Amino acid sequence: MVYLTRKAEFSASHYYHNPEFTPEENQHIFGKCNNPNGHGHNYMLEVTVKGEVDPRSGFVVDLRQLKEIMNREVLDTLDHRFLNKEVPEFSRQIPTTENIAIAIWQRLEPKLKTAKLHRVRVYETPDLFVDFYGEA
Amino acid sequence: MKAHLSRRYLFSASHRLHNDAMSAEENRATYSKCNNPHGHGHNYTLEVTVSGPVDERTGMVCNLVDLDQFVEREVLERFDHQNLNSLSEFSSTVPTTENLCEQIYDILQRGFRYAHLEKVRLEETMMNSFEYAGGRELLK
Repeated sequence: MVYLTRKAEFSASHYYHNPEFTPEENQHIFGKCNNPNGHGHNYMLEVTVKGEVDPRSGFVVDLRQLKEIMNREVLDTLDHRFLNKEVPEFSRQIPTTENIAIAIWQRLEPKLKTAKLHRVRVYETPDLFVDFYGEA
Repeated sequence: MKAHLSRRYLFSASHRLHNDAMSAEENRATYSKCNNPHGHGHNYTLEVTVSGPVDERTGMVCNLVDLDQFVEREVLERFDHQNLNSLSEFSSTVPTTENLCEQIYDILQRGFRYAHLEKVRLEETMMNSFEYAGGRELLK
């Protein structure tokens, strides 16, 4: 079993707001992140897959295919977007880093054929990141 | 009290990804630019993680000098500034970073006696890395 991690960067804006909360509650819980005009981050994504090394190719997974899947399923949707307004997952969910990691897992997991998805890590800033292992 | 210790090392090497059992077309399709007959190079970052009880007298899992000396002698002198394809380890396996990661794990597993080897992590570029724990699942 070998684990391979591929990184990718995307930039997006978001804000935190729950329509079920009062304006005061939203402001109290989300603070500066509640600004309805949004704010942005450079997100760093790390996708880790695991599998046995193919004896012929020496690869766990074809990196080009993994890159293509990450580009198509994740970056094309999230990069340079306002997450709340342009990404379907976040029309009802708050685009926290936790929910972004879960959404990325759900986008990638069904598309990976040769290696199994092990972990999705999303850095919102260099000091803050979330790991999701597909657990309920 | 058990603790994990990780130490990073740098080395540079060249390789060419090519399998003699494949046709020229299949090699190009599988390895793309990495199949260039003249090879190409990387600055690899090696991260070795060992674990063990913290020694009450020294406060250490293992002495970093022992780990550094072992890695220097057995790993870096072997692979740094080498063409990986020319080494006996890769006479019949393709020097992908997956296979290099397993080779380095095996060297440490066989010879390093001062702490338990947890895993070897190898960065091929800033964007790619590989981890091997002797076939064990990684801790979450």
